[in-house]
Amino acid sequence: MVNTTQMLNKVFRTCPDTGLTFHGPAENLIKANAVAAVVFLLVGGIFGLLVGLTRWQAVHLLGAEDFYMVLTAHGLNVLIFWMIFFEIAVLYFCSSVLLGCRIATPRWAWAGFVLMVVGAIMNNVVVLQGNASVMMTSYAPMEAPPLFYLSLILFAVGALIGCFVFFGTLVVAKNDRTYEGSLPLVTFGAMTAAIIAVFTIVSGAIILIPTFLWSVGIVGEIDALAYRLIWWAFGHSSQQINVAAHVSVWYAIAAILFGARPLSEKVSRTAFLMYILFLQIASAHHLLVDPGVSSNFKMFNTSYAMYLAVMASMVHGLTVPGSIEAAQRAKGHRAGLFTWLRKAPWGNPTFSGMFISLVGFGFLGGITGVVMGAEQINLLIHNTLYVPGHFHATVVVGSTLAFMALTYWLVPVLFRREIIFKGLARWQPYLFGLGMSGVSLFLMGAGTLGVPRRHWDIGFAGTGGITHEFPAAAYTMLALNGMSVIVAVIGGAAFCVIIVGSLLFGRKLGDQKMDVPWIAAPVTEEEYNANGGSAFAIPGTVVLAMIFFISFALYYFINWKYLAETWGIS
Amino acid sequence: MSEQDPGESGPVPMMQKLLDNPFLLLFIGVASPALLYLVWGIMEIVTIPVK
Amino acid sequence: MSSLSPPVKKLWWNEPIHKSELLWISLVFVWGLVMTFMMPYWHVVGKQNLGTETYKTTPADFQQATQAFVDKFTVRNEGPRNHPVVAPPAGGDVYMLGRLWDWWPIVQLKKGETYRFHLSSLDWQHGFSLQPANINIQVVPNYEHVFSLTPTEAGEYSVICNEYCGIGHHLMIGKILVVE
Ligand code: HEM
Ligand SMILES: [Cu+2]
Ligand SMILES: [Cu+2]
Repeated sequence: MVNTTQMLNKVFRTCPDTGLTFHGPAENLIKANAVAAVVFLLVGGIFGLLVGLTRWQAVHLLGAEDFYMVLTAHGLNVLIFWMIFFEIAVLYFCSSVLLGCRIATPRWAWAGFVLMVVGAIMNNVVVLQGNASVMMTSYAPMEAPPLFYLSLILFAVGALIGCFVFFGTLVVAKNDRTYEGSLPLVTFGAMTAAIIAVFTIVSGAIILIPTFLWSVGIVGEIDALAYRLIWWAFGHSSQQINVAAHVSVWYAIAAILFGARPLSEKVSRTAFLMYILFLQIASAHHLLVDPGVSSNFKMFNTSYAMYLAVMASMVHGLTVPGSIEAAQRAKGHRAGLFTWLRKAPWGNPTFSGMFISLVGFGFLGGITGVVMGAEQINLLIHNTLYVPGHFHATVVVGSTLAFMALTYWLVPVLFRREIIFKGLARWQPYLFGLGMSGVSLFLMGAGTLGVPRRHWDIGFAGTGGITHEFPAAAYTMLALNGMSVIVAVIGGAAFCVIIVGSLLFGRKLGDQKMDVPWIAAPVTEEEYNANGGSAFAIPGTVVLAMIFFISFALYYFINWKYLAETWGIS
Repeated sequence: MSEQDPGESGPVPMMQKLLDNPFLLLFIGVASPALLYLVWGIMEIVTIPVK
Repeated sequence: MSSLSPPVKKLWWNEPIHKSELLWISLVFVWGLVMTFMMPYWHVVGKQNLGTETYKTTPADFQQATQAFVDKFTVRNEGPRNHPVVAPPAGGDVYMLGRLWDWWPIVQLKKGETYRFHLSSLDWQHGFSLQPANINIQVVPNYEHVFSLTPTEAGEYSVICNEYCGIGHHLMIGKILVVE
């Protein structure tokens, strides 16, 4: 007994800067997954640059064949590999580290990691050989080589194992009583992501396994419509993993930098419950202009059952900055509406990244997503560049930047190395956030003018004379997009250089405490109560929320008006 | 804290019990979209008439 | 105790909610109801509601139906691909097929008349993107999608493919002509 306890204690370490307890195997798994994530972001980002420069019609960098190949590789590397590796790291962190317990079945977790790495590398090899340029959606009956589907299946199985290790770790913590009461909010949010991930991966299996069998000739036919329905249960839900994960990261960063606690546990957790119940059904917004599915199905599902999941996101959008405001006011930044925000550490990339992520996700990604998810409005933008414009705001400005922000904080904690190039790191979130917001806006602008997505040449040079003339503004949008792509890629590359550089060359910290405090002390009850009676008054955040609401409502109705101007259709 | 503090004593409310139960949430989170989206959608697709 | 730790109060469900949070929740809930209402409302009063009438078909059957339509109503041949220009009677049926990498045939419609469109693909998925009207519809093989279209302005319109359909995707373009 004494022996095992001693052994266990050996594999735990306490971080001198944060006081968090790390279980050795969990720590190594978090490091491995996070490093793999950054590698695939780097690869995918380079592909993104090539895609953006090709779509800039005046530059038109790649030939058609290469363009479609690289676009396929871009989507898979960033959306699937970067995001999911990082999310597995987040899951392990939020379970093992935040609950201070050992990670369940580290061997299985490593097996999952290996499967994911093998799947991701295999997928890149297959795609870059050039005959799997089917886009990440690989819509049947367009066919890819069997290894394409197999690589994704391997990756998904690995990720599913990761989810179960997370749930197993929750059980371990409960049995070992390493925490009291309910899960921390951040862990609860990570659990929401893991639940959505299970549905996502199961749906992926339901569609990718038969498609794989079809590609090797065992199954006769894949119904194109059923493929779309089920593939999007996978493809869309995986975006909802990202949302749940980055919202948890927002809460985590608010706690790390400000010692903030949720304004109300009840409200924030109920909002996550709305995610669990309703986020995933919005997969239907990919089918709004499809044949064969009824308007009732479309309206119910695309609206997340009466927009309850949208309501949840808008609640998080209030409570995350609200909890920061409450914490700042409690610590004395009480003057006026926005002193709390002005006094925030804007030079700290963990804060600036998180805050740009929050604003960009809400204003650019959230509003546009809900608007184009209205059954009829979708007619205007389906498969135009508006769609990638929208999701570069959600999954890049939103999720990716939030994950980058957290990484700046994690590197010294996990690897005990100091961040290098601090000056560059200060600016990196602004560069990346600004560049990506540009990408997002200009792609949406082009989409509004009807420019198709995944399209090599909107000048139609090769058609033998049948052309369509897009307005000059469409070409301008694509050029502006190309310039924003360059800014974004500089920002993305800066991130990769800083992080990889810090891992290799950052000053070793060892058991020494850093010169700067690395985690804020939780705001105390007394401090909250000292804030003029009402503990959680958040007037500044309410003003910001109202600005958001008005922009949302205006943009929503403008689009209905725009819709009313096109051809009659019924 | 005094005995009367509603935050510290008394029975755990239903909703809190639900939110404290990861596996029940996992079940709901998989079953609800499976029914509302997958099953409903597949039903619609298989009942499309032949012309 | 921050968001990284378990809730301060054991029975956090019983904690009161601050009024600014309640205000916001009520507002966004009502907004959700408004947006929920808008879609069925548009079905009643709006003129842009994509019909969902659909039949299972096969590429061969659909090609035959389109051929019959072309044989019946072709008025001339035109353009680099020498495609038939087909002018169905006002209010009639229109067949258009997508295939690698072409929309066939060219259709000529009258402004203000309503036509019953039949749309399907002979091979992979395609995207029917009518420009500059900006109407975008997914085209799925083995399914015949039937809906009505009413052109509101005369002119030459392009049908661009906006679902990636292989290496010739960007060559896939067709025309719809609208006359007074
Ligand atoms: C520096 C980074 C990036 C640049 C310059 C970039 C640029 C682009 C561009 C120009 C497109 C093409 C749109 C089209 O022609 O259809 C695209 C597509 C896409 N991007 Fe990015 N992007 C970047 C990062 C990311 C990240 C981080 C993610 C996800 C986390 C992402 C996800 C996607 C996806 C899913 C597509 C669609 C692929 C498809 O249509 O199959 N991108 N990107
Ligand atoms: Cu096509
Ligand atoms: Cu195409």
